[in-house]
This record gives sequence, structure tokens and C-alpha cells, in this order.
Amino acid sequence: MKIRATALALAGLLALTACGGKTEEPAAAGPVSLRMTVWTSNEAHLKLFNEIAAAYRAEHPNVTEIKFDPIPFESYTTTLTTQIAGGNGPDLAWVLENAAPDFVSSGALVPLDGYDTSDLVPAATKLWQKDGKLVAYPFSTSPFGVFVNNDLLKAAGQPTAAELIAQGKWTWDNVIAAATAVNTKSGKAGLVVRDFDYKGWDNLSTVWAGWGAEAWSADGKTCGFNKPAMVEAMTFLHRAIFTGKALPGPGTTADFFAGDAGMTITQISRASLLKDGKFGWDLVPLPSGPKGNYAVIGQAGLGALKKGRNAKAAAEFLTYFTNAANSAKLAAYFPPPRKSQLNAETLAKTNPLLKPDQLQKVVVDGISTGVVKPSHSGQAEIAQAVRAALDPLWKADANVTAVLDGVCSSINPLLAK
Amino acid sequence: MTKKPFWTGRRRDHLAGYLFVAPQLLGSIVFVFVPLGLVFWYSLHEWNVLADTFDFVGAQNYQALADDPKLPGVLAATGLFSVGLVALNLSLALLLAVLLNQRLRGTIFFRTVFFSPVVVSLVAWTIVWGFLLQDNGGINGMLGAIGVDGPNWLRGETTAMVSVVVVQVVKNVGLNMVLFLAALQGVPANLYEAAKVDGAGRWRQFRTITVPLISPTILLTMIITVVGSLQIFAQIAVLTQGGPGTSTTVLVYYLYQQAFQFHHFGYGATLSVLLFAIVLVLTVVQWQLRKKWVFHES
Repeated sequence: MKIRATALALAGLLALTACGGKTEEPAAAGPVSLRMTVWTSNEAHLKLFNEIAAAYRAEHPNVTEIKFDPIPFESYTTTLTTQIAGGNGPDLAWVLENAAPDFVSSGALVPLDGYDTSDLVPAATKLWQKDGKLVAYPFSTSPFGVFVNNDLLKAAGQPTAAELIAQGKWTWDNVIAAATAVNTKSGKAGLVVRDFDYKGWDNLSTVWAGWGAEAWSADGKTCGFNKPAMVEAMTFLHRAIFTGKALPGPGTTADFFAGDAGMTITQISRASLLKDGKFGWDLVPLPSGPKGNYAVIGQAGLGALKKGRNAKAAAEFLTYFTNAANSAKLAAYFPPPRKSQLNAETLAKTNPLLKPDQLQKVVVDGISTGVVKPSHSGQAEIAQAVRAALDPLWKADANVTAVLDGVCSSINPLLAK
Repeated sequence: MTKKPFWTGRRRDHLAGYLFVAPQLLGSIVFVFVPLGLVFWYSLHEWNVLADTFDFVGAQNYQALADDPKLPGVLAATGLFSVGLVALNLSLALLLAVLLNQRLRGTIFFRTVFFSPVVVSLVAWTIVWGFLLQDNGGINGMLGAIGVDGPNWLRGETTAMVSVVVVQVVKNVGLNMVLFLAALQGVPANLYEAAKVDGAGRWRQFRTITVPLISPTILLTMIITVVGSLQIFAQIAVLTQGGPGTSTTVLVYYLYQQAFQFHHFGYGATLSVLLFAIVLVLTVVQWQLRKKWVFHES
């Protein structure tokens, strides 16, 4: 009995591994159904996607279905790769900038041969090319800005961000001073670096870039955490958190959009959360650091997966989904990488909550001058190593230099891979 | 020559037997044996999901396992968690069971109270505890009300581990409590009466009558709890993500990181094999030990 069971198990195993082998299916001429994984479940976003898809299907009757499949943002890349591992990957997928090097270099995406890139901003497509060929379209190039709760600032006796900017005093020192004042006066959080929460450290690049610091060198080989600029930036941040109480400490959460914080650093796409805002707010560029003005952008690309059953049809739909006309529609939520559309007038048509001045300063200027958030091949493992090594920093008596040295010794072997 | 019919009574009986066990057997093969075999198979490969490569590397992953500088810390965290959980869970469950086995008013109510977390969704339970354990959360709020300045539970290495253990114990202690209660009620009352006549005190009765008579149940709950403690995942994923530092990175969470976050599926499978071996050894050891201390086994 035991022997028979083992034999059966082995037979099943062999059958399964045989099924798991690579069986290339011929390009489907018959009915095609496509699935695109996304991390938004916003109804307005999905409605727009479905409208574009419906228009495409009207022109391509063989495409019977185009499904947009939302996956929660927190576990997006993990879920996506698990689906691919299980042989159940989507035909098209959004890819976050921190996963871009892995997706692009592994050859998992279909090269977008023949895509007209003449209108695309070179800075926006840099991350999404393999051997000089575009493999994913950066459909969202979203700069980080500072959302300000003017009511809380005024209540704390502080000048508003607009006033500071007008006086040329929109600097990190003044931002932290204002944030401390908000916390002292109202007990609410002063400044929240959104999605950082003492774990998502790559969001801190919106701070340290002002000191000219970087997580690693441009070629990805040298750790930047123990360089003088980073030590200075992190010392400033540590003091702001533990001495100034300008940022909520570890293990404390505060939501700016619910009115619980004076300021927050996040991407402009969050403006939609202020539709029913019950307080006076403003959106301004990141404050200037010791190295002057700077901008940081987050990116998301859209790629067609080579392993998908209908890779060719998927790439064709990608080209349509992101063409100039549709890009203008998508610009309502996702800042486009197209020169022709990157101007305050075009963006203002679709971003009713933001003023042309805000769009020009934060979005248009941000995209042309911004640095993209840190990304590296094998990012998930590096990110985890940095998070663990940075944990000792988030204590009042931390030795900043020693902790940052520790970060580098922890990730150097991974950067060298 | 008369041909013997194929379907003899004996063969019929065999067929019926096989048919009866078939659903269970099929389930075991598809959901237990095949995945088990596949994990061994994967552990001999380097599998890059994105590049779509699946290369045989022999024992390379096992060599990596032996050389992994993070593994000792992970195993230490796993051991610490298991020991803490098993000790706290079993002693608390036994204590509650003994208390709630008395004929007093309200025992039914308290039994329900202690059992109810068992039926709550694990992730929902953990998320709520995550809020309670925040620096400005409910636990520290209550401590503050009595003048105690509570620690930042999930951000300190020791307090994070204690938090995860306690959250898990409170969640599951009810199950072991019910098992112990059932066992306690199976202890014949006349043994206690006889002991009382002989002048045995409560502690003596507990030690020399209760514990030996419920020892099969203690063994059962111990095995279940040890195996369960080695498989903890959701609580870590929700509460600490293995931090601060790597202080709560237990084996299953490390396995998840390697396989699903870092895309080292081959190495993840190797870690699964290690976990399998650990669970197997511990279970066999406990089973063997039962001969030494489990009495009254039916």
C-alpha cells in the first residue's frame, strides 16, 4: 500500500513537472482575452481603463475581454511574481520603479519594438530600457511634493508654505521648525513622510536628496549610506524626529488627509484624497536642502509579459492604451512622460483640484529635474537588509554614523551581486 | 474446466475498501505527497521566475543553507518563539481549564470568553492587536492610566517578541483549554475522594492524580502547539515583518521572504525542507518520550 502510494505520488510529480515545462503556444489568431494587473482599485481609474479597453475592443473584435485586476499595493510585486511562478501570470502588468531593474533586466517583458518614443521625456524612460530598447512604458511619472494643512500651520502661529516660498524661506530648517510648532501647539503630527512608517525607507529619498545624498552610486555598486552627505541628512532627520518631535515617532501613525498632520510628503496623485477636504490645503514643491532645490519622482511602468499566452496581442494593446490620445486621458491621474502633454495647461484640464501654478512647479518642473526613487536589481532583498540595519537608528540615543556604517556593511555583498 | 469468476467475494471486498479510502488517499496525494515531493525537487534547482529559468544545481542550495550567515539568528528567533509560546500556552490553558472545571457560577460564560478568540479571523485579530500595541495605542493608554509609561512594544527587540507570543497565546489558548477541560472531566471523581480520605491536599491531588491521568492530552496539545508554533507566519507578517532588525524573523517568515519577496524559490524550498526536518524530528522525539511520561494511554 505504502509503495503504491509512493509510486502514485511520484507519477503525479512527474506529470506536474512535465506540465510545468515551457510549452510555447503559437500566437493566438482566435479569440484573445487579456488581463492586466494594477495596484489601484479606485473606481474612477478603473472606469477610465475600461472605457479605453472598450474602444480598443470595438476596433479589434478578436479581443473578447480585457480585464483589469487590482492587487493591493503593499503586496503587489510579491503577488505578481507568485502568479507568474504559478504559471498564472497576467498578460500585462504595472511595474513599480523599485521592481523595474529586476523586470527589465530579466527579460520578462516583451520589447516594445516600433514604439514611437520621440515624444517621451528621456529622463522618464531611462529605467525602462533594455539594451537601448523600451520594454515598459512609464505611464506614471509622479513627483513628490509637500501637501500642507494651512489651518494647522496658522493655528500654530506659523507662516503658510506659500508665504515662506514667497520670502524664499522654504527650506528644510523652516519646514521642521513649523512642524515642531504644529506638534507642540496641537499635539497632532507635524510632518509625515507618507508610506515611510519606519519601514519604507526609500521614501526618505525625498528628504536626503536635498543633501545630495543617494542610497547607492548611479552604477549601483557603491553604498551611499555612510557618505558624508547621507550622514548629515540622517542626523538632521534623527534630530527632527527625536529632539524636535517634528515627525511622529516609530510605531505612531497619523493621516494627513484625515487632518491629523500639518504637512505630508507624497505624490501628487494623492490630491484626489482631498476632494472632500475639510481644511485649507496647499501643494508645494519639496523644500530646498543644503544642496538647493531638488525633486524626487516615483515611477510606474506598464509592460507586456513575455510568458503571457497572448504576448503579441498584449503588446499591441499596450501601444494603444498609452498612445498620445489615451495618455492625455490617463494624465488625469497619472502624470504622463510625454513632452507634448507636460505643461500646466494640459494637466490643469484633468486635475481640477490643483492650480496651474502648483502643477507647473511640482509636476512639470519636478519631472524635468527630478531623481527617481532608489532602485536596484534584487531590490527586495536590499530593501529588507536596509530596513533591518536602519532599525537601530530609530531610537533617541542612536549613533547615526555607526548605524549607517552598519547599513553599508549589510548591503555591500548584495550590491556587488 | 470451469472458469473462476473474476469478481470473487474477496476481490469485491478489496475494491470496496479501496473505494472507501480513495477520496482521502487522492486528497493526500494531490495536496500532501505531490507538493512535498515538489519541494524537494525545487530545492535542487535555481528557479528565476522573471527570467523563466529553472536550472538543476544539485546540493548548491543546501551548501548555501549551511553557509547562510542569517540562519543562526533565524533559528534562534524561531526557538525563542516556540519555547515561549508552548510554555505560556500550555500552562495558561491548563490553569484556565482547572479553574473553569469548578462548579461555580459563570464558568460557562468564562469558557465562552476564553474560547471566542479561537473562532476570530487570525489576520483581523492580529491587525487589531497591531493598533493596540502602537506607541500611542490602547495598551499604553491603559498603562498610562495607572501611571506606567509603557514601552514601544513592536519597536523593541525583546518587547516585539513578547508581543507576538502573547498575541498568539491569547488567540489560541482557548482551544487547548477546551481539550484540557474535556480531559479533566474524564478523571473519575472517586480518585479525588479517595485521595482526600488519605489526606492529600489540592496540589498533591493535582500532581499525582490530575496530571498523570490527563497526560495523553498534555502530549497531544504539546505536539499540536509545538508544530503550530514552528509554522507561525501571519502574526509576524502583520505585526513586525520580522523586525525590529531581524529579531522576530522566524523560519517560515524567512522562507517567505526568500521565496516570494527575493524570488529565490529554490532556496525557499530548501528552507522548507529544513522546516520539515525540524518538525519531523521534534514530533518523533515527543512521541518517543511519551513512553516515559504518558500514563493511562488507551
